[in-house]
Amino acid sequence: MFEVVSNEILAENLHKMVVSAPRVARARKPGQFVMVRLAQGEERIPLTIGDADPVAGTVTLFIQAIGASTRRIVDTKAGGFIRDVAGPLGKETHITNWGRVACVGGGVGTAVLFPLVKALAEAGNQITTIIGGRSSRYIILSDELSPLSETLLVATEDGSLGSKGFVTAPLGEMLADPERVPRAVFAVGPVPMMKAVAEMTRKQGIETIVSLNPIMIDGTGMCGGCRVQVGGETKFACVDGPEFDAHLVDFDGLSERLTSYRKEEAVRHAATDCKIGKEVAR
Amino acid sequence: MSNKLSAKERMAIERAAMPELPAEERSRTFEEVNLGLDSEQALAEARRCLQCKNRACVAGCPVAVSIPEFIDALASEDLPRAAQILRGDNALPAVCGRVCPQETQCEALCVRGIKGESVAIGYLERYVADWAMLHPDQLLHSKAPAASGKSVAVVGCGPAGLTAAGELARQGHKVTIFEALHDTGGVLRYGIPEFRLPKEIIDREVAVLSDLGVTIELNVIIGKTLTISELREEFDAIFIANGAGLPTMLNIPGESLKGVYAANEFLTRVNLMEAGRRDDSSTPIIKRAQVAVIGGGNTAMDCVRTARRLGAERAMIVYRRGEAEMPARVEEIKHAKEEGVEFVMLTAPVAIIGTEDHWVSALRCQRMELGPPDESGRRKPRAIEGSEFDLPAGVVINAVGTSANPLLTATAPDLALNKWGNILISSDGETSIGGVFAGGDIVRGGATVILAMGDGKRAAAAINDYLNRKHD
Repeated sequence: MFEVVSNEILAENLHKMVVSAPRVARARKPGQFVMVRLAQGEERIPLTIGDADPVAGTVTLFIQAIGASTRRIVDTKAGGFIRDVAGPLGKETHITNWGRVACVGGGVGTAVLFPLVKALAEAGNQITTIIGGRSSRYIILSDELSPLSETLLVATEDGSLGSKGFVTAPLGEMLADPERVPRAVFAVGPVPMMKAVAEMTRKQGIETIVSLNPIMIDGTGMCGGCRVQVGGETKFACVDGPEFDAHLVDFDGLSERLTSYRKEEAVRHAATDCKIGKEVAR
Repeated sequence: MSNKLSAKERMAIERAAMPELPAEERSRTFEEVNLGLDSEQALAEARRCLQCKNRACVAGCPVAVSIPEFIDALASEDLPRAAQILRGDNALPAVCGRVCPQETQCEALCVRGIKGESVAIGYLERYVADWAMLHPDQLLHSKAPAASGKSVAVVGCGPAGLTAAGELARQGHKVTIFEALHDTGGVLRYGIPEFRLPKEIIDREVAVLSDLGVTIELNVIIGKTLTISELREEFDAIFIANGAGLPTMLNIPGESLKGVYAANEFLTRVNLMEAGRRDDSSTPIIKRAQVAVIGGGNTAMDCVRTARRLGAERAMIVYRRGEAEMPARVEEIKHAKEEGVEFVMLTAPVAIIGTEDHWVSALRCQRMELGPPDESGRRKPRAIEGSEFDLPAGVVINAVGTSANPLLTATAPDLALNKWGNILISSDGETSIGGVFAGGDIVRGGATVILAMGDGKRAAAAINDYLNRKHD
């Protein structure tokens, strides 16, 4: 059993949960995730470790609660317990000092991006962080990301905060400006966003890393459910990833596989009285 | 009828038939298929044993169960003693009585099998083990061993790990099992379906180990949560039995389509996560009327029989050799056929065909014929040109095998591996690191429960020797 130390709402349907998991907190590196199962009979859900405090023995999880299972997880109050937290899983992010880098986060992907930005900042990179969402209500972690970044840019689809439009617009400006062009780009968010970023940086040959969120069951390299095509080869996101070279990822295939259980999820949503959305855990 | 029978009288008894749920009824439920012998059947079967001196059957058992002795106790209606003998040799007898391929092991060497039918050793093992589970108050307990003061870490709570843990605990060592998943049993729980091995049996076998003082820590992934070097600081010896890993892909077009499963994913969803078995399970599973399972082993049989129970009208085994070459147990093939599974033999997949919206619609196959034997001794299949055809299927399950899991070995650079990533061991199970032993699928690649258990038992003996030497 893993105790929930705190649980706060950062934005609509987005919770920041601090969970006591001393071994995971000690072993964890940026880019890794945990498999979480709230209780007997519940799904195993992969969640990125947003941050960790090895001294306090806690990990921070950012959870977008729009599926039946994640909604039940975030209903757990401080002092309550999560039955299973296993990790850290996946490979750690390759961190080096590139010099100028761009970190692009879309929606809850910003939460996955956060530990990367932190590690990149610690390695001395000059970071331009670009985060986006549908409206200002979906812009998260800007206070946390701002001190780690040289520049923090915000884009919203409705223009309620920052520039109006998608995160790709400010990134495009950076790529076109010889003074600001990044040596590496990290992008985490919805698949179409990551695909668009990959296409933008491909022409200039800029190293681009994405963190993928395929369907997983065990997360330990046993079931093969999280397979993605990378450079024409089958890779398993749980052991070979979750981060991959964006220029080699088959995003269309990933998108398709993410819809495998849409019908079953719709039934569960109806059962739990939720009207919209689809389970995207990370 | 007493146990004082002449050989002639023993020879006159016919082998017991295992009572089964009717195929019609069981092919739609996850209830256990084999119901177990009743007491009359069990006594009669035990009395078929000739109690021969050379104990050929024992040599065929990877964990060397004292077969004639436990059968003799059973024939004498002394079940407490039968249970004591059996449990003394085998940490998981109720499991082995259900899933061991006795027909190629102990029973294959039974003298009675030369001219007739061998003694149904597996049925008797199950009978005694099940009796023991239901009569804990009547069990004879060996004296608790003196604590050795030594500690052993066991990596993995599957058949090899559980067996080693039981053996080591009985030697007085303090054993901690580390399990990556959220529940015990390893492949016994995530891999083998309920209709062959009810989960309750695993729970009870594990409870016996807990009573012996074995500690089980779930959700700990060695290689990730803790490393082998961290375990070495804390424990006097380590046994690695973390099992098989990543599925072997078919490497044919269409493997990314929706509705294509690797056997482990399909079975884990249903067995471990209870998808499709319980209405309130949170984990979904794709159910279709036509399901094609590729492979001819026990895992393929488990998948196809599970698909049938999930409602498939047409559940098919697609195998590139013939039925005689199938590695699956004869009993599994028989049960699958009774349950309406179709066997599409001498057929190899060449591509998985999808719809416009990326769902599986068919398995494109080609017919094979058998040529001369290959290095495995089985006749090598070769493709018949121009024989391609499409088998309609909404779900395709790949049950061709697995490769070594890299999670532990990736963070233990001193551990010597073979070219496939399996851990190399000496004859007594020791790895290239002193005090670190290994067994089961991480050493063998894909094998059986009982071979893994044999590894666990052998390694436990070697670990015990190692700890005693270390003490001196």
